[in-house]
Amino acid sequence: MSDRTGERLHEVSLVVNGQARSGACTARTSLVDFLRETLRLTGTHVGCEHGICGACSVMLDDRPVRSCLMFAVQAAGHRITTVEGLANPDGSMSVLQDSFCEAHGLQCGYCTPGMLIAAQALLDRNVQPTEFEIRDAIGGNLCRCTGYQQIVDAVRLASARLAGGAGQPATAADASPAAPAA
Amino acid sequence: MKPAPFEYLRADTLDDACKFLATHGAEAKLIAGGQSLVPMLAMRLLRPAWLIDIGEIAALARVVIDPDAITIGACARQHVLAAHDGLAAALPVLGQALAWVGHEQTRNRGTLGGSLVHADPSAELPLVAVMLDARLALQSTARGTRVLSAREFFTGPMSTLMEPDECLVEVRFERWSAPCVGSAFDEVAIRHGDFALASACAQVAIDAAGRCERVALALGGVAGAPLDCSVQAASLVGSVPDDGAVDALAQAVAGGLEPPGDLHASAEYRRSLAQTLCARVLRAACARARGALTEAR
Repeated sequence: MSDRTGERLHEVSLVVNGQARSGACTARTSLVDFLRETLRLTGTHVGCEHGICGACSVMLDDRPVRSCLMFAVQAAGHRITTVEGLANPDGSMSVLQDSFCEAHGLQCGYCTPGMLIAAQALLDRNVQPTEFEIRDAIGGNLCRCTGYQQIVDAVRLASARLAGGAGQPATAADASPAAPAA
Repeated sequence: MKPAPFEYLRADTLDDACKFLATHGAEAKLIAGGQSLVPMLAMRLLRPAWLIDIGEIAALARVVIDPDAITIGACARQHVLAAHDGLAAALPVLGQALAWVGHEQTRNRGTLGGSLVHADPSAELPLVAVMLDARLALQSTARGTRVLSAREFFTGPMSTLMEPDECLVEVRFERWSAPCVGSAFDEVAIRHGDFALASACAQVAIDAAGRCERVALALGGVAGAPLDCSVQAASLVGSVPDDGAVDALAQAVAGGLEPPGDLHASAEYRRSLAQTLCARVLRAACARARGALTEAR
């Protein structure tokens, strides 16, 4: 099996957003191109294509990764969650997605799928992160519109909503711009 | 930003990977995490005919903590190492360095061995390997296994003594026997997660009287490869490493550097950073060693 130019095609089977999916692609097809062009899941955006911007972030076995820095053939047999998989089963927005709307956590929206994946991964393991932990979690994602503040606000809002008022949301007082201690 | 065409093979065992390298070594590249390799492919700085995926070989991802050494498989993922409780106690400098490596998304894929063989002169993990004089086990079908010292392995920017038919199998870090050991890692980068303009790491052992028994020191970003400064740092051995001694050592070390200058940082600025970071990691390592001493009492 090969494509138009004679390049060999590989059959890739994986689980995307809980569903078994498969498709054929060349060895050099990045995971993000496979998701967008073969599986037609265009929610994940392609930015720099060399691992700088974070726009293409997806979860691989529940951990956020850059899908431009993986080939689809490497993802065979693994579980992927894309931004399409974050919404509630009825199609309504998740708490985090709704918080991005509420807090104006996006302008042009290009970075948003990657920001949502990075922030959801954080909240999944730590529902009440500090502001430093939020900034660290989205530190690998570039946004050229918001200046990041509203994105941080959105994650804090989601955190407060998810924690169900059991605790106080993170405050600016615990923010630390400092890098890890020596 | 699309790589040139290549063929892909997922290796099930280390032997399979080595056998393939024996015949296709010159036109093949190993891939595990791919966090450094894939950008180079995307920019077409590399155009291998074959990619051999060793990232799923479980035997290459082991972490073994023995009383005298820690052995980590080349394909152990950085996020696993950063969250490993046993390593936090037995090899704390690794976690201290990993906090500076890339971002969560890259640490979830990136491996220890991948960072070492990529050999970026400002990368954190090669610096730790040089500081502790780690032993790198390389395997090939033609020559079997050979073990190299990290201090000889790195020969320049993106270049090492590894041959095209070899696979890095594991990395062995000696555990210092002294009871009161402290370590520290620090760096300056334009943004957190970017490559370091300069970096430093140190490990210090002290005796019951607080005198320095043993010290290792290395600097990154200031030469073509991580720079081992342990011979100079040995001047601290035998006395209590006070601020004066540490500052004098940092000044002497920095004075001998000829760092590169570029758009981001002049040579002079890098030298100044190296001196500051050198003193900072030595002080922090000494303080942690003293903390261990207090705890032991």
